Amino acid sequence: MDVTLDVRFRKTLGDFSLDVSWQAGCEIVVLFGPSGAGKSLTFQALAGLVTPDEGRIRLGEALLFDSESGVNRPAREREVGYLFQHYALYPHMSARDNIRFAHPHPGSPEAARELDALLQRFHLEEVAGQFPRALSGGQRQRVALARALMRRPRWLLLDEPLSAVDLAVRRRIRAELKQLQRTLAIPMVLITHDLGEALAMADHLVIYDGGRVVQAGTPSAILQNPENSVIAEWAGSALVHGERVFSF
Amino acid sequence: METLLSAARLSLLVSLSATVLIGVVGLGLAYLLAFREFRGKHLLDALISVPLVLPPTVVGYYLVLLFGRDGWLGGPLYRLLHWSAVFTWQGAALAAFVVALPLMVRVSRAAIQSVDRDLIQISATLGKSEWDTAWHVVLPLARQGILAGLLLSFARALGEFGATLMIAGNIPGKTSTLPLSIYTAFQNGDDTLAQTLALLLTVISGAVIYFANRWTASRWM
Repeated sequence: MDVTLDVRFRKTLGDFSLDVSWQAGCEIVVLFGPSGAGKSLTFQALAGLVTPDEGRIRLGEALLFDSESGVNRPAREREVGYLFQHYALYPHMSARDNIRFAHPHPGSPEAARELDALLQRFHLEEVAGQFPRALSGGQRQRVALARALMRRPRWLLLDEPLSAVDLAVRRRIRAELKQLQRTLAIPMVLITHDLGEALAMADHLVIYDGGRVVQAGTPSAILQNPENSVIAEWAGSALVHGERVFSF
Repeated sequence: METLLSAARLSLLVSLSATVLIGVVGLGLAYLLAFREFRGKHLLDALISVPLVLPPTVVGYYLVLLFGRDGWLGGPLYRLLHWSAVFTWQGAALAAFVVALPLMVRVSRAAIQSVDRDLIQISATLGKSEWDTAWHVVLPLARQGILAGLLLSFARALGEFGATLMIAGNIPGKTSTLPLSIYTAFQNGDDTLAQTLALLLTVISGAVIYFANRWTASRWM
């Protein structure tokens, strides 16, 4: 499925245009690039959390936004599972209630069944009654993921999923996320500005800079044939740090 | 003693009625002002807040213009129902409502606005309607501010004097609330009654402010 954003933000961001297009199959897509390249903005625009002043957003066949024809599908109808960088768990709800709330009918027996399944899948049974402030970083992330999945999204957007967890558990979480994507079989798009992480996670790597896609492809294709000198430099440093990169 | 009891009962009736109305209208207005952009927003904001700085007698004067038997709203109401808010406890409640409303709107609006935007946005991505998000996320997280706003409004309503006098008068047993009874007792030289009433009001108001402060100070995190 093609993801295409050709949008412009005038008022909110002091004139920033985002003109990107990339492929997202049932795989892990990593958006990589420097801060301010438009990665998070891509997520927010796809999820309907920011409204561009003009342009068009397409997801496969679906037109999500078009300023000319006045199309702007509301955020709650976009069926994305969005994992915020700091998870945005509701502080006044237990882990269990956080997840349950995301069900279209939180009080129904189906919700209870799905809740149990998710708690089990994410190993959260024992902390289900705890409030977010009592959970570890890794547990919070699993609650947030379970909550995102409770609404049965058609694709997952993860904004820097590893930035808020300890280095020690990152490796495990990478493996878990990969496993999760294979199980769910929906596109999982994640943002990082850590090259090692990008290379370790990506089936398909999309390199952003200044609101454009500089290069996209499999990590190995990009490493072998970098589009410009900046990417070549990254590729070089990735090879230097090869042990870290290819140890996954 | 009879004056004291009847004044206290009346004050409670007037202040509670005003507070209930403030709870509904004030919360709605606070939410609207916190999250919506619309034409005339600043004007509405100013209109709600102006009783904070106007002398209550001026507020009362406007209320009489509006709700008096010949008033813009009161006129049609009187012709329709043969009822007028002037010189009734409902008039006193109306005065308390207008004067105390800005406290509720300001305090609860600040609480609503301080709810983390990420929590509201994530709700939208979870497919939740604005109503669901308001009810299950925004209001629970802002509830201390909302309660504090209600308490402050109640305290202000309880102490209302000027606007009440203008629209409801000072009729013993009918519209003589605690503050008005204090004035009457003092004028009549009944110092004991004035003192008792003053002490009673001070204790109630002090307690309310104390709890309002405590509730705004405690937080979830």
